[in-house]
Amino acid sequence: MIPGIQSRVLTRGSAAGPALVLSESLSFWGGFDPVTGIILDQQHPQAGACLQGRIVLLPGARGSGGTPACIAESLRRATGPAGIILKTADINIATGTLVAKTLYGANCPVVTVTPTDYDALLNANHLTITEDGTIT
Amino acid sequence: MRLAIETVLQAAAITAADRLIPASFAHIDACFYAGQAHIDFARLLLDNDARFAVPTWTNNGLVSLEQPDLRTDKGDRETIAGARELMQLYIALGARPVWTCAPYQLPERPTLGDHIIVGESNAVAFYNSVIGARTNKYGDFLDVACALTGKVPLARLHTDTGRAGDIVLRTGEIPDTLKSQEIFYHLIGHVAGQRVGNRVPVIDGLPDRVGEDKLKAISAAVAASGGVELWHGVGVTPEAPTLEAALQDRKPSEIIDITIADLTRARDQLSSGRDGPLNMVALGTPHFSITEFAALAPLLAGRKVHDGVKVYVATSRFVRDLAEAQGYLQPLTEAGVEVITDTCTYFSPKVRGCTGRAMTNAAKWAYYAPGMLGIEVCFGSLTECAESAVRGEVWRDQDIWHSLS
Repeated sequence: MIPGIQSRVLTRGSAAGPALVLSESLSFWGGFDPVTGIILDQQHPQAGACLQGRIVLLPGARGSGGTPACIAESLRRATGPAGIILKTADINIATGTLVAKTLYGANCPVVTVTPTDYDALLNANHLTITEDGTIT
Repeated sequence: MRLAIETVLQAAAITAADRLIPASFAHIDACFYAGQAHIDFARLLLDNDARFAVPTWTNNGLVSLEQPDLRTDKGDRETIAGARELMQLYIALGARPVWTCAPYQLPERPTLGDHIIVGESNAVAFYNSVIGARTNKYGDFLDVACALTGKVPLARLHTDTGRAGDIVLRTGEIPDTLKSQEIFYHLIGHVAGQRVGNRVPVIDGLPDRVGEDKLKAISAAVAASGGVELWHGVGVTPEAPTLEAALQDRKPSEIIDITIADLTRARDQLSSGRDGPLNMVALGTPHFSITEFAALAPLLAGRKVHDGVKVYVATSRFVRDLAEAQGYLQPLTEAGVEVITDTCTYFSPKVRGCTGRAMTNAAKWAYYAPGMLGIEVCFGSLTECAESAVRGEVWRDQDIWHSLS
């Protein structure tokens, strides 16, 4: 059990689920399939992993301005992550989740944590994010 | 409208901007279809009578509205219908349907110091670097939200200090003869993007007068192989009259000497295919300019493209019409060239299912097409592309490549 970590909330929400750590940043446009929730980018270390229902930890997002739409589309199809924990704040991921919240009532919190806290979370099997950004 | 304001404020909070400032122009990318969410967002805006607060132009669509037969892949009717519907929704919302990734080739362009809202990566780099207008790269939805509110967070490239160069790329080793070639600008852009990530590079040692097609080539290439949103060219771009000015009198974090070996490696990376018989030639990434039409027309006038080779030139309707008026279009279509508007050839679904080997004069196309279309790509100059199209196989002009090993 991890003692509660206070994160910075980018998009508010609450979520719980099995943790999935992505060791590199991901381009959600082109590198991720919103229809299946699977990482398509063959160069990515977690290629083939499915983000559906997971609390996804990742350093950040790469590249394309198409990222918000792909995240929103995956949340519409319920193939997307349950919640997202970032090392560095990312506007595109925050925008996609905020738009999906308005359009579809999607509840996918996006938070950032300090590098120390991020490392502390890497071995967690199951994570919970609350509305106020507490991670346990 | 509340969603637009919330989205802009969320971005402001993330970028630690302390205020919003007015913008004068937008070029949006959210009209490029990637799923139903794009449509639902635009329809929500339309249903709530949202209107753009600034002149708002559209990037390429996934399909061409003018040429509906371009994408006939039977398995993907839903995508094609969705892409068309999305483009119509942005017309209904009042966007100006220019459907181009090179909006800076059209009249009425922003000027030095204007704050603007741009999403397409090459246009972000071109507006910032070549024109000196100010924009960050605005992703889908945020671009539209800013255009609806007419405001952007005062952060990063909208601020004076955010525009300082922080890494210097010297090109003193590169011979002037190579610098006079268009291919140099694609190659240096590709190298710069790889070396600097998303920092602001200052390229030193460019010739005094560099035309806009070459500056477009750098802008597109740095934003494809890297995440560059602004670059400076000493003596060439408006915020870099001198190296010191581009660096805002600060010390660069790094100085890199670009070598012939770097450019040779870039050429090899961009030519994923071996030279040989050709199936396609793709020109116009970013969209072909009127000066590029003027250069291509005499190369193909009175000749015929080889049987079995598809030659596509992607451009905007505006430049296409200009090319027609100036007499460049007729010799090209007579030679068998097909001009495509509203979209680009490297997007999937495939352009009429082309397979095999393609040649392009654009670093950006060469960077994306192997992954997106699953084809082999050979990178070459405009002249090489035209000559190869006629011969039906890749032809090399040794004069332009001899300085590379």
